[in-house]
Amino acid sequence: MGRKLLTEHINVEGIDTFEVYRKHGGYRSVEKAIKTMTPDEVVEEVKKSGLRGRGGAGFPTGMKWSFLAKPEGVPRYLVCNADESEPGTFKDRQLMSKLPHLLIEGMITSSYALGANTSYIYIRGELLYVLRILEKAIAEAYANGFLGKNILGSGYDLDLHVHPGGGAYICGEETALLESLEGKRGNPRNKPPFPAVQGLYARPTVVNNVESIAAVVPIINEGGDEYAKIGVGRSTGTKLISACGHLNKPGIYEIELGVPVEEFIYSDEYCGGIWKGRQLKAVVAGGSSVPILPTELILKTAAGENRLMTYESLSDGGFMTGTMLGSGGFIAMDETTCIVRNTWNFSRFYHHESCGQCSPCREGTGWMEKVLHRLEHGHGHMEDIDLLVSVAKQIEGNTICPLGEAAAWPVAAAVRHFRHEFEWHVTHAKEAAQPGAVYRPGAVLA
Amino acid sequence: MAKITFDGVEVEVPDGTTILNAARQIGGGIVPPAMCYYTPLKGSGGKCRACLVRVAAGSAKDPRPMPKLVASCVTPVQDGMVVENTTSEQVLSVRKGIVEMLLINHPLDCPVCDQAGECDLQNFAFEHGVSTTRYQEERRTFEKIDIGPLIQLHMTRCILCYRCVYTADQIAKGDRVHGVLGRGDAAEIGTYIENIIDNDFSGNVIDVCPVGALTDKTFRFKQRVWFTKPVNAHRDCPKCAGNVVLWYKGKDVLRTTARKDQYGEVKEWICNECRFEKKETSDWVIEGPAHIDRSSVISANHYELPVLNQSVVADLPESTVRDLQQNPPLKLGS
Repeated sequence: MGRKLLTEHINVEGIDTFEVYRKHGGYRSVEKAIKTMTPDEVVEEVKKSGLRGRGGAGFPTGMKWSFLAKPEGVPRYLVCNADESEPGTFKDRQLMSKLPHLLIEGMITSSYALGANTSYIYIRGELLYVLRILEKAIAEAYANGFLGKNILGSGYDLDLHVHPGGGAYICGEETALLESLEGKRGNPRNKPPFPAVQGLYARPTVVNNVESIAAVVPIINEGGDEYAKIGVGRSTGTKLISACGHLNKPGIYEIELGVPVEEFIYSDEYCGGIWKGRQLKAVVAGGSSVPILPTELILKTAAGENRLMTYESLSDGGFMTGTMLGSGGFIAMDETTCIVRNTWNFSRFYHHESCGQCSPCREGTGWMEKVLHRLEHGHGHMEDIDLLVSVAKQIEGNTICPLGEAAAWPVAAAVRHFRHEFEWHVTHAKEAAQPGAVYRPGAVLA
Repeated sequence: MAKITFDGVEVEVPDGTTILNAARQIGGGIVPPAMCYYTPLKGSGGKCRACLVRVAAGSAKDPRPMPKLVASCVTPVQDGMVVENTTSEQVLSVRKGIVEMLLINHPLDCPVCDQAGECDLQNFAFEHGVSTTRYQEERRTFEKIDIGPLIQLHMTRCILCYRCVYTADQIAKGDRVHGVLGRGDAAEIGTYIENIIDNDFSGNVIDVCPVGALTDKTFRFKQRVWFTKPVNAHRDCPKCAGNVVLWYKGKDVLRTTARKDQYGEVKEWICNECRFEKKETSDWVIEGPAHIDRSSVISANHYELPVLNQSVVADLPESTVRDLQQNPPLKLGS
């Protein structure tokens, strides 16, 4: 059994209340940090831990914190990105609804490290019930002296606010999130300037994912070095994986980074194999925006080594034969999955969620979706397949924010690894357009 | 000051200058195209992606190339930066893609569009695009939207550059009624519940629009722009500086616009009274022919020919004469 640093007490009754949480060792990190450490020491500890951003990009959190501009007399902000809405990713929701005090504790410790006196949790508007849970927990933290003026008699003040968003996927992009938090339309900003220099209200700001902030708690409690002992190489600590799709036991698992993908899918400790005894066909390992991989490439790298659940191992081979750990949205697809239909479905999402600011994303996402719609419904042509790749390439890297890539990568990867299915949708258009129709290996293409 | 190399040409510019503005200091054909960036409008730029360039070296301190192409209109220069624009195959190929994307929903109705001849997208497509498209799907169209008696909104032609939104926001503070509604390719410029735009400076949204989405209702369908004759003029206006260009057909003033620089950017905003109401020569003090770039289709007109007459030249400012000598108007068929 792997160690559970975040979710150890998740099933304890009443853990969402201050009393029970405190009884199980809650808020120790705040006491330790505020009473015995300077803010710089806390940052140093996070650096030592090797913690990497859990929202998807995997940027080292400690390093991100150290980039924060610290001009005198200017407020700084910590913003927690709780706008989780990538298809396949649902780990933060669980963490916040079951362990609200863990996030609040992380927010206090992190805010102290960054010298922020006002912090925000920007939560997806649809998660109204989680917002209520957080608000209740924040009120409890205020009542017990962990928030507000002069926390634990240290002279450090912190106000924490929860802010519901309007329910747009783009508001999960950090600069769009800041725009939305400022009360404007959630359009991503041009970078530079980066939020660390000019973020919320044009002040230095750090934006971190819920899980990254929660992970600060065990890092301070146990020490950065201890945390760094878990995991493999530069992928340290534990990670929440939200596993869904055709698995026997879909759900949210806290794994020690470095678990082999094969073990994660097939062992009883985790997903328990593919349902109904079927074969695995493909996996999207890190939320719908990362490239899809066929079974043979998700289990083993191109060099024949076992693929591990780490940032490095999953991205081994680049985008030709690898993928990304991303946000940990693990979607498994069995042999009855139509890849074209699945890609169209993803594409529909990104088309719908594009903010429309920059032309390649605004026009390109819609174009890809329409071509995929045609292919799926039996009106495609052979040249449409190359057209898809070409349009994806026109979007990738040319947009203001990474939503362009998020839309382009799944399409390009699906064509790269499952081109035969796209071709089958052209050559067997009528058959492929039937509900539930799926390409079977060995089908004659022409 | 920062020294950068742009397409092999060195230029020194003040810190904080954007790559695009550094390139504009060099001038000529190497300047990246810009559809959404507009110098007088704070916050504009970065959206159309037409001005993407490759940064082959970030700075003297960190000479690594930037991983992605960057929008030159919003990226500040660093000392020692090396930028590739027309010298990069990648940039030119991406620009082809951008033209294709922009033309997906923009109708090619140039023969009936009032912006023809002054359209940034037309020029951009001509210089960087290809003559065919691979797009076969349904395009978006819009019902006619009424936004008042002075300005015509053709939403079908809009490329969502946001220039008019910034204009409304920045020069008509408090009176702003229009902005972007919806998102993605369903986004549109609109007024709140079909409101009308009627503040004193609203006409400027016509000047900033790079395409024919916002046109002048007092001018539309009256004349093709290359058959008119632009003349600089001014008047003593209590609201604005009153420096304009009058567009003549014979003795009639068909249209009044603000003066623009060589990159099509307005030099001074003008008020609606100057733009829409003062259409008599007697309202104005005439300064002389407006300069039109020789590459512009407007210069295909021969309105400047009388300038060659010495008696006319004698009345013109020296700078105008010099300009005409250096950039003689192109003659059709020559």
